[in-house]
Amino acid sequence: MVRITEAAQTYSFSRRAVVLGVAQGAVGMVLAGRMAWLSVVENEQYKLKAESNRVNNTLIPPRRGWLLDRSGKPLASNRTDFRVDLIPDRIVDKDKLLAELTRLLNLPPEDLARIETDLKRAGGFRPVQVAENLDWDRFAAVLVRQPELPGVAPTRGYARHYPLGAGVGHLIGYVGTASAEQFKADKDPLLVTPGFKLGKDGLEKTLDHRLRGKPGAKRVEVTAHGRPVRELETRADQPGESIKLTIDSGLQEYVARRLGTNSGSAIVIDVASGDILSMVSMPSYDPNSFSDGISQLEWKMLSEDDHVPLMNKVLQGLYPPGSTVKPMNGLALMAAGVSPNERVFCSGALRVGSGVFHCHKKGGHGPLDLKNAIMQSCDIYFYEMVRRVGYDAIAPMARMLGLGQKFDMPFTTQRYGTVPDSAWKLKKYHHPWTVADSLNASIGQGYVLANPLQLAVMASRLASGKILVPRLLANGPSGAQPLPVSAEDLAVVREAMYGVINGGGTGGAARMYVPGVALAGKTGTAQVRRITMAERRTGVLKNGSLPFKMRDHALLVCFAPHDNPKYAAAIVLEHNGHTIRNLDTPLIGRDIMTYLFDRDQAMKTLAEVEPTWGGDYTTRMAAQSAAFRAAQAAPPPPAPEDTEEAASSLADQAANSTADSTKRDVAPTGSVEGD
Amino acid sequence: MARPGNGIVPMQVAQLPWKVLFLVLAIGGFGLVVLYSAANGNIRPWAFNQGTRFFLFLAVAIGMSRIPVRVLSQWSLPIYGALVVALLGVELLGKVAGGSQRWISLGGFQFQPSELMKPMIVLALARFYEMLPASETRKFVAIWPACVLIGVPALLVIMQPDLGTGLMITGCGVMVMFLAGVPLRLFIAGALAVAVAAPLAFNFVLHDYQRNRVLIFLDPERDPLGTGYHITQSKIAIGSGGIFGKGFLQGTQSHLDYLPEGQTDFALATMMEEWGLAGGVFLIVAFGMLIAWGIGVGMRAKTRFGRLTAAGISGTMFLYCSINMAMVIGLAPVVGVPLPLISFGGTAVMTFMLCLGILLSIDRDGRTKTRW
Repeated sequence: MVRITEAAQTYSFSRRAVVLGVAQGAVGMVLAGRMAWLSVVENEQYKLKAESNRVNNTLIPPRRGWLLDRSGKPLASNRTDFRVDLIPDRIVDKDKLLAELTRLLNLPPEDLARIETDLKRAGGFRPVQVAENLDWDRFAAVLVRQPELPGVAPTRGYARHYPLGAGVGHLIGYVGTASAEQFKADKDPLLVTPGFKLGKDGLEKTLDHRLRGKPGAKRVEVTAHGRPVRELETRADQPGESIKLTIDSGLQEYVARRLGTNSGSAIVIDVASGDILSMVSMPSYDPNSFSDGISQLEWKMLSEDDHVPLMNKVLQGLYPPGSTVKPMNGLALMAAGVSPNERVFCSGALRVGSGVFHCHKKGGHGPLDLKNAIMQSCDIYFYEMVRRVGYDAIAPMARMLGLGQKFDMPFTTQRYGTVPDSAWKLKKYHHPWTVADSLNASIGQGYVLANPLQLAVMASRLASGKILVPRLLANGPSGAQPLPVSAEDLAVVREAMYGVINGGGTGGAARMYVPGVALAGKTGTAQVRRITMAERRTGVLKNGSLPFKMRDHALLVCFAPHDNPKYAAAIVLEHNGHTIRNLDTPLIGRDIMTYLFDRDQAMKTLAEVEPTWGGDYTTRMAAQSAAFRAAQAAPPPPAPEDTEEAASSLADQAANSTADSTKRDVAPTGSVEGD
Repeated sequence: MARPGNGIVPMQVAQLPWKVLFLVLAIGGFGLVVLYSAANGNIRPWAFNQGTRFFLFLAVAIGMSRIPVRVLSQWSLPIYGALVVALLGVELLGKVAGGSQRWISLGGFQFQPSELMKPMIVLALARFYEMLPASETRKFVAIWPACVLIGVPALLVIMQPDLGTGLMITGCGVMVMFLAGVPLRLFIAGALAVAVAAPLAFNFVLHDYQRNRVLIFLDPERDPLGTGYHITQSKIAIGSGGIFGKGFLQGTQSHLDYLPEGQTDFALATMMEEWGLAGGVFLIVAFGMLIAWGIGVGMRAKTRFGRLTAAGISGTMFLYCSINMAMVIGLAPVVGVPLPLISFGGTAVMTFMLCLGILLSIDRDGRTKTRW
């Protein structure tokens, strides 16, 4: 071992001190290098992170565009809404806070449970809704206590308002908060912003992209604890587009009220343009209460109602058009070479093969030409004539007039019905077309199914002589080709339709009392049950003695004035059975048409008849809901999560059952007309 | 270095190493500016207190420069012994109180023996190697007493548990051993031993929270809202500062409370958010110059004790600064070592100024012509 002297030791120290110093310097360089890496190379990334730390972006829901009627009156507008939200990150004592809010706002337990779940799911600064649609008193109670309630955010927002209420339910639809699935599908944070609602049904849904607008944003500087320091920037929202419809709100309301307690629908079309002036399906739901979030009780009541208020019958209801197809049949027969003057003797029944086909008039009409056959709605005439030309000669005319046709309407669900012919039957049932099929179809029964809109289009095409296309959005495409039928043929049919109401025909009750204006139309009855031979022997049962679901549908297609048509309409009343005169198609049709020419007279009539069925729809719905509430002593079962989906599926079921029941019950062996 | 008095300034004042004092004043002053900003532009609660302590302990350091190195040398082992007793006392007190404790209260003054042990271990070892005959340096007798001197306080501190300080004491001691001329192969062997022992210690010795800190250091995303939050937010503060920072009082990470401990352990991040890379480099250079001066003092020192102490104390200062910086910029686990003169806290200022006082004393001794 080397002997170490003090001098050597000093030298060794100096050397090692330098080594240590250099090593320390190297560490210093590494530290500086790392600092440079963070602050120069990764600067952009960390700047963004610091910014997203500092700034809290809050979306301001856009004001939804209005839906306007043809004269600019609102059908759907926005009103001020007082609401209370919670900001999860700012809550100090959740349980105490919720208890206090429950006391101030009278929150029901189910709301409280929802808030708890939402709070668990949300977190951060995403607000959670506590209550909306508050009256000023309750809102103010929260507002003044806000400083003691950290996390509570009372806000003034907008809520949807439908002045006509249930009168536009199916037409306009309603709005609601986005479902969890919708948020999952397109991660737009706007969807979960409290106060934001999107269209859930009707026009609100199909026009949603235009109505929605662009959200505004508020950038707020916040501390790590969520305390806002200052507002950095506010970008105002860009309200959605206001959309003008062809609807006449006055007429829409009148029709909705005039339909009374019926389960039915009515459409009025402006013959000059194809504009739909009213499109009503009753009973309906009140889109105002749907948009606020419907209660379980209300839901139960609507879904149990046999008048299917959740279905838009105008587009989703399919019905055998019954005798309303007879003017169309007439046109087709003439086009197929049948002379309108040729007479057929009606004895009340017609034997075809092994089956007997009856006329609605038991004793028969005697000899009838085409015009009288339409006016008296004689079944035998059409049996005989259609048997002669075959239904394949009729079906093209039916399609030409709109039956079985798709119209480009801004609704998600439409059912198009059927205009049958031999090819169709072979393809669908693999059976050849029979004479009995032709006969059933000739009186609008059997395989023939149409929705009420198609019937209204048929009326408007007969009235105008043009291939009118219905439209609901103002400034939509217009211009129509003339119908490829001769003017003489059309005149015969129109004259017959005039005669139905004004010439001793089946629709005499619909005669209008407006000077210079006469209504032309065709009534119809669609049978939904089979009438057995036994029943026919003992006398066909009166509709009044049948349960609701077994009664006949009542239909009317019409236009006015008969000599210079301006308006066409179709009315379909489910299971009406012609039991109450004021609530039957002729008088309803007369009054709706009268409204268009003499509003005061129509309103006067309504004022007289409305009290007989318990007032207007708002009054009746309130009464119905109160009665239902009283009847429901037991707690109601939980409502489906998403009202919209449930509603549409329910509507589908209802529509299916309507169509199925008609198909099943009306056997193609015999039929009756009850006009 | 010595300057003659010019008649107006007294000789004692003129003779102070003004360059070094100016450096310390610059670092300390900058620290006060940072604390002023960390309090959102208020001298309270931090800058004022810190300033008071800074000048108080600076005065103490200047006073210490008058203490002869001989006295430091003579008293080093007794004071070291007293500190070990105090550490034991803290440990026992903690056991009695049923929890961990790092300080003892002496008449209202909270006294943290582990903190003082950082410079004291250097003095004690320097004294030991001074007493050891030069010929024994490469023998076993030069090693085991040093290991005991280091091991006892280091283990006591680690048991507190305060791993950061314990490792720092060890580091300071090992540096003195290295400077004293202990054979290099021992350090290489030691480094290998640590490499082997570290994973074992990680699994069997470290407390859960310590293990967690290491894991989160390796991957801050592990726990973005818990312990990893500190380091993540610190990196955001430094990274978003850029080259010249966001400007005085403009830091958002610190002022909006995203950066935790922005006035204490993470004061460097608070500073660098507002002063940028420029501020960070300034601090590294300033501390570097101070430490280089300290090593220079050691080179010029007349006694073996002075040499070892000065270079060792410089090492203490280096460890102090670099551990904190490495932690704040994400190069080391979060160990709770403050940045001297910048972070708020009296203990660090006191320790750092004691180190400075010792260096000043040795510097003074080295500059005086007469031998004692």
